[in-house]
Amino acid sequence: MSAPVTGSAISADDLELLARLRRGDEAAFTQLVERLHGPMLRLAMVHVGNRAVAEEVVQDAWVGVLAQLGRFEGRSSLRTWVLRIVANRARTRAVRERRTLPFSSLDGLDEPGRPAVEPERFLPAGHRWAGHWASPPRSWGDVPEERLLSAETRAEVERAVELLAPAQRAVITLRDVEGMTAAETCELLGLTEGNQRVLLHRARSRVRRALERYLDETEVGR
Amino acid sequence: MTDPTTDDLECREVVEVVTDYLEGAMAPGDRLRFDDHLALCEDCQAYLEQMRTVIRVAGRPVADAVPPETMAGLLRAFRDWRR
Repeated sequence: MSAPVTGSAISADDLELLARLRRGDEAAFTQLVERLHGPMLRLAMVHVGNRAVAEEVVQDAWVGVLAQLGRFEGRSSLRTWVLRIVANRARTRAVRERRTLPFSSLDGLDEPGRPAVEPERFLPAGHRWAGHWASPPRSWGDVPEERLLSAETRAEVERAVELLAPAQRAVITLRDVEGMTAAETCELLGLTEGNQRVLLHRARSRVRRALERYLDETEVGR
Repeated sequence: MTDPTTDDLECREVVEVVTDYLEGAMAPGDRLRFDDHLALCEDCQAYLEQMRTVIRVAGRPVADAVPPETMAGLLRAFRDWRR
């Protein structure tokens, strides 16, 4: 699945919702809040790193959304526009709190990262098949779907995401948890496409290792 | 099976470029080498599938419930704005 590079323009559904919002339709507003409040909160969290502050940022962002609703020109999706307001306010707030943006250091992106997979899982130099799997991953095709999508497995993945370095956590949260595009993620976190991809790679590789460990441990005796 | 040639991708390299592959960020030549390797390597096929599973399991399945008091506060702000 390749991520689109350009931001999505406003859809017909968004245009209709926007028209209803401007008319003061409360059901439309409730719908918007239900759709965006969670993503807004998680975006604020990756910037400010504190739940209470993130909630204030989101509250403040909603005020901003209402204030600017009349001027929104629909050059992006409604969601992107709202999240941009959140990101701006969260950044300002993080600076005011003298808190370094969690990913401003880019987590040592200039340093060589740790390998995605433990080196000892590959055949060593000198071997005829050097660099090929010595201890290959097993197929998860036989893991029942209800087990993969169980609360326990999800909790394990969430734990692994929590343990990531902040910039990696921010990127995987927006990309894979929220399902945002690469372009949206770059904009909302102020990252270049290349850096976004490196962080996503490190994050996913770490989470895969955690999930593999978890599935292997709990499959014993199956 | 024949011996690997120097042009072949090693599994060790595959796991480092798998995100570039999934993101569609590979140069056409590199993508061909990746696909060539994948076609012959069941272990790397399994690895790629694991990465896809990670993405799927990480995704939020349902919309979050907004706390009623938060919703009530926002609706008040909306009514004020409407006036």
